[in-house]
Amino acid sequence: MKAIAMSEDDDLILSDLNDEELVEQMFDDLYDGLKEEIEEGVNILLERGWAPYRILTEALVGGMTIVGKDFRDGILFVPEVLLAANAMKGGMAILKPLLAETGAPRVGKMVIGTVKGDIHDIGKNLVSMMMEGAGFEVVDLGINNAVEAYLEALEAEKPDILGMSALLTTTMPYMKTVIDTMVEQGIRDDYVVLVGGAPLNEEFGRAIGADAYCRDAAVAVETAKTFVTRRHNQMNA
Amino acid sequence: MGSNMTNALSKLLETRDWLLADGATGTNLFNMGLSSGDAPELWNVDEPEKIKALYSGAIDAGSDLFLTNTFGGNASRLKLHDAQSRVRELNRAGAELGRELADKAGRPVIVAGSVGPTGEIMAPMGSLTHELAVEMFHEQAEGLKEGGVDLLWVETISASEEYKAAAEAAKLAGMPWAGTMSFDTAGRTMMGITSADLAKLVGKLDHQPLAFGANCGVGASDLLRTVLGFAATGTETPIIAKGNAGIPKYHDGHIHYDGTPELMGDYAVLARDCGATIIGGCCGTTPEHLAAMKEALETRPRGDRPSLDEIAEKLGGFSSQSDGTDDSGPERRKSRRRG
Repeated sequence: MKAIAMSEDDDLILSDLNDEELVEQMFDDLYDGLKEEIEEGVNILLERGWAPYRILTEALVGGMTIVGKDFRDGILFVPEVLLAANAMKGGMAILKPLLAETGAPRVGKMVIGTVKGDIHDIGKNLVSMMMEGAGFEVVDLGINNAVEAYLEALEAEKPDILGMSALLTTTMPYMKTVIDTMVEQGIRDDYVVLVGGAPLNEEFGRAIGADAYCRDAAVAVETAKTFVTRRHNQMNA
Repeated sequence: MGSNMTNALSKLLETRDWLLADGATGTNLFNMGLSSGDAPELWNVDEPEKIKALYSGAIDAGSDLFLTNTFGGNASRLKLHDAQSRVRELNRAGAELGRELADKAGRPVIVAGSVGPTGEIMAPMGSLTHELAVEMFHEQAEGLKEGGVDLLWVETISASEEYKAAAEAAKLAGMPWAGTMSFDTAGRTMMGITSADLAKLVGKLDHQPLAFGANCGVGASDLLRTVLGFAATGTETPIIAKGNAGIPKYHDGHIHYDGTPELMGDYAVLARDCGATIIGGCCGTTPEHLAAMKEALETRPRGDRPSLDEIAEKLGGFSSQSDGTDDSGPERRKSRRRG
């Protein structure tokens, strides 16, 4: 972790900034993982009459998009992204009840989990947080999911997307077990299936019948958005 | 180093200027019928003949050192299979099988007790405390020690906190150790550790590893760039290179890594030229690959330290432009608070 050296701007007063400057500063503060500052920023924007959904998309999602891009490009790493996601969660906690009241639009819904035999959930958790940051509703099944657990969740939650994660050479083939079962039951095409995890690659994703392999959480968000838009267009066509 | 000189690895390193380590565990166990999602460590007790076949594969191919089938043998990982109460037993069993075969090899073969990551994020970012991590690693270390390993082999670590916890556990168990990290994210570990960072961390540890380095990650080229990064720090601790045999592909229901034995032979010789002393494979590396690596190391002369271009030419390109040890990578966003 790089220590954040406070400069002479330490006494920066958020409420003195105009809307545009404040949102820009919130991008910085998300990037630096400053939770209290993000909460303060959200509250100021609410006081100024911003709709909760506008704060979510323009300030929080906007800021997390920058974080996601720099994560994808190898500028930020897991610790920085966890800090940023934690700061975003602080802002989300304020917005969530308000969003429910105002009936804000939802981008899409995802069920996600690490496969059977695999304990690793660092990457999966990042995807969850980044997806929430991008406005998706996420149902996280946690680690060690057997095919039955995935199928039950799909039935109960009716998501747009199923996300599966594996970090081990010994667990990644299990993703195929899940997809094969979905095919057998005739439900494979009802969902967008995204897979990820350190040992995977694009060709592997294709070979096991997933819609896409996502290299990291930022790519997962971009891919999810693309597929959900396509799905909605198809449904409306 | 003091008492470290009495251990088998240090003794062997006094007489040799490179050692061949082993290859994959998971890949080879799959080929013997392990199902995806099952815990390989249970086979130390349930399928001892298959585990012996795994170890024999490396010994017969000429490995000077092999890892025990205990990568996931900590309480945090075994909990998934409801085997968290069997940490000591499964590690001891995996080590005993290895000890038995190594002693029958007719030449010095080192048994290295594999210790993989807990899979959890350590405090302050995550919930796993230093004390708890040390306790888990220590429990595993005692099992491996009882089973007769020559040293502990900590691998695929991504966080410096976890590396330190493993070092402390080795000290508590009174065991020599070696430790590698997995550099799989733009040339760094997923936690952002560069090759130079790890070399520096190793230098500061109270209980020094006998060797340190890189394993797994993405492809042979990236791994060698990391080895060059270690060597550039001027470290005198022997460097370990254990790269994957290419990348995983899915064929007819099982995973196959696309790196050929010839490619791994080239990789082994280049790893030595880059400054590595202990050279082996990781995922996808079969006894056939190991035999090719052994032959290449024995028959081909040492060369000059290769440039990144030479590595890319022989083994393929890199996954990222920079590995964080030069200033050529992209920069962090400027911020008003940070100045």
